[in-house]
Amino acid sequence: MIGPVMIGPSSSHTAGACRLGLVAHHLLGEAPRTARIGLHASFAKTGRGHGTHLALVAGLLGFLPDDPRLPGAFAEAEKAGLKVEFHDVDLGDVHPNTAQIDLKGDTQSVMVIGSSTGGGIIRVGSVQGFKVDFDASQPTLLLRYVDTIGVIARVATTLAADGANIAALTCAREKRGGDALLAIELDQPLSEPALNFVRAWAGMAWTRMLPKLMDG
Amino acid sequence: MLTLTDLMNAPAPASGWVLAQDCEETGLDPADIRAEMARRIGEMRDSIERGLSSDAKSITGMVGWNAKGLWDAPDALNAPLIRRVQAYAMAVNEENARMGRIVAAPTAGSAGTIPGALLGVADHLGIPDERLVDPMILAAGVGKAISKRMFISGAAGGCQAEIGSSAAMAAAAVTELLGGSPRACIHAASLALMNTIGLVCDPVGGYVEVPCVSRNAFFAVHAVSAAQLALAQLESFIPPDEVVGAMAQVGRMMPAQLRETAEGGLAQTPTGLAVTACMEGRQPDEGGGMIELPMA
Repeated sequence: MIGPVMIGPSSSHTAGACRLGLVAHHLLGEAPRTARIGLHASFAKTGRGHGTHLALVAGLLGFLPDDPRLPGAFAEAEKAGLKVEFHDVDLGDVHPNTAQIDLKGDTQSVMVIGSSTGGGIIRVGSVQGFKVDFDASQPTLLLRYVDTIGVIARVATTLAADGANIAALTCAREKRGGDALLAIELDQPLSEPALNFVRAWAGMAWTRMLPKLMDG
Repeated sequence: MLTLTDLMNAPAPASGWVLAQDCEETGLDPADIRAEMARRIGEMRDSIERGLSSDAKSITGMVGWNAKGLWDAPDALNAPLIRRVQAYAMAVNEENARMGRIVAAPTAGSAGTIPGALLGVADHLGIPDERLVDPMILAAGVGKAISKRMFISGAAGGCQAEIGSSAAMAAAAVTELLGGSPRACIHAASLALMNTIGLVCDPVGGYVEVPCVSRNAFFAVHAVSAAQLALAQLESFIPPDEVVGAMAQVGRMMPAQLRETAEGGLAQTPTGLAVTACMEGRQPDEGGGMIELPMA
C-alpha cells in the first residue's frame, strides 16, 4: 500500500504497463529487435500521455518501473536497435488495460497478452498463444513441450528435488499429443542446474524462468 | 480478514501489530521491512525536494508550477503547517505528472497525500525521518484493511476510493506519530474517510493532473484535520468498518461516467474538452506545455 516506487503518472497505465513489457523481455531471453504492440480499450484510448507506450517499451528493454530512463524509452530503444510499432487491437472480453506484445530477437520470438489491473499489479493471460494466468508476483517457470503422459509428474519431482515449492500451476495444450504450455508459480526460483536438466528432456521445446517482478 | 476494528483493538502501538502481521505473512524479518519502509520514505523525501524546486510543465502542460509557486509565495494566512503540507503534497503529484519518480501511496494519483501530511507535520515539528517508519507501516496497514472491502482505484470506486484511502492512511499515521492510541489512529482514519464519501473521479482529458494535483493538497490537510480531531479524543460516530462499507456502497452506485473515464464532470467542461482535443494529435513522448486554452 506504500509503493511501488515508480515513474509517474499512473500505477495502472505506467508501472503496470512497464511490468507487462518486462514479462516479454524476460521471456524472449535475448536482445529484442522488433516489437509489435497491440493496445486494447483503455490502453489504446487513454494510454497516450499516461506514458503507457513509453512504459511498455521501457519494460521491453528490461527497465524497472522506477527506472529514470523510462520517459526516454523511445530514444533508448533506438540506441539499443529495437524497432517498435503500435496498433489498436480488440482482444474481446478482457480487462480494459490490456496489451498484446509480439517481440522478436535475432533467434527467438515471444507473444504475450497481459493486463494491468490497478496499483501496478498485472495478470498475464496468454504466452505463445497458450492460455495462462499468473501475476509475476512469484518466480514463474514456463515450459513448452510435446504433450505426453507424465511430463507434469516429472517436472513436479524435479522441482521437489530442487527445493522449489509450487504455489500455482496452469497447463494448456493445442490438442492431444500437440504442443502444451505449463506455467508454474514457485515460492523459490528453480536453480540453473535443475533448469538445464529439464531443458535437455526430449520433447521440451522452450523453457523460461521468469523472475519475480513485483515488490509490493 | 484484516479490518479497521482489528487495528483499533490492537495493543499499542498499532503499527507494531501491523508489522507483526506482515512478518508472519511474508516470512521477512521486521528489520528488513522497516529498512525497506525507510528507503521508501527517502524516495518520498526526494520527490518532495524535486517537486518544490521545479516548475517544469507536466505531460499536458496543465500543471507543474503549483508546488513551487506556493512554496515561494508569502505565507498570507500565517499558517506555516498548512502551507508546508499543501506544498509537499503538490510537489509529489507534480513530479508524478511530469513522469518523475514517486512512491504510489496507495496509487500514483493520490501519492502526495501521505508524504504531504506525515512529512509535512514532522518537518513542522522538527521530528526526524526515522520516527516516521512505524507510522508509515500503520498507514500501509490501514490501506490494506480498507482494500479488503473496497477497490482502491478511481476506475472502480471514484476518487473517494483513492484520495479517501490515502487521507485515511495519512490521518492514522499522523495520529500515531503524535502519540495517539490505536483507537485514536483508526478513528482519525474513519473521520477522514467519512468526509470523503461521494467524491467522483473526473480528471480532465483522463490525465492525472486536474484536479488531482490540487486535490492532494486539500486532502493532505484533510488528513491533518482528522488527526487533530482524533488526538482530542473526538470519534467517528459511525464505526470505522461501517464507514468503509458505506464508501464501497457509494462507489458501486457511482455511474461509470464519474469513474476515471473522463466522460463527466470537470472532464466534460468546454475547457476540459478543449484539452482532450489538443492532446489527441500529440506523440506519446512529446513534451508538455503546448496546450493553447480557449479564450475565456
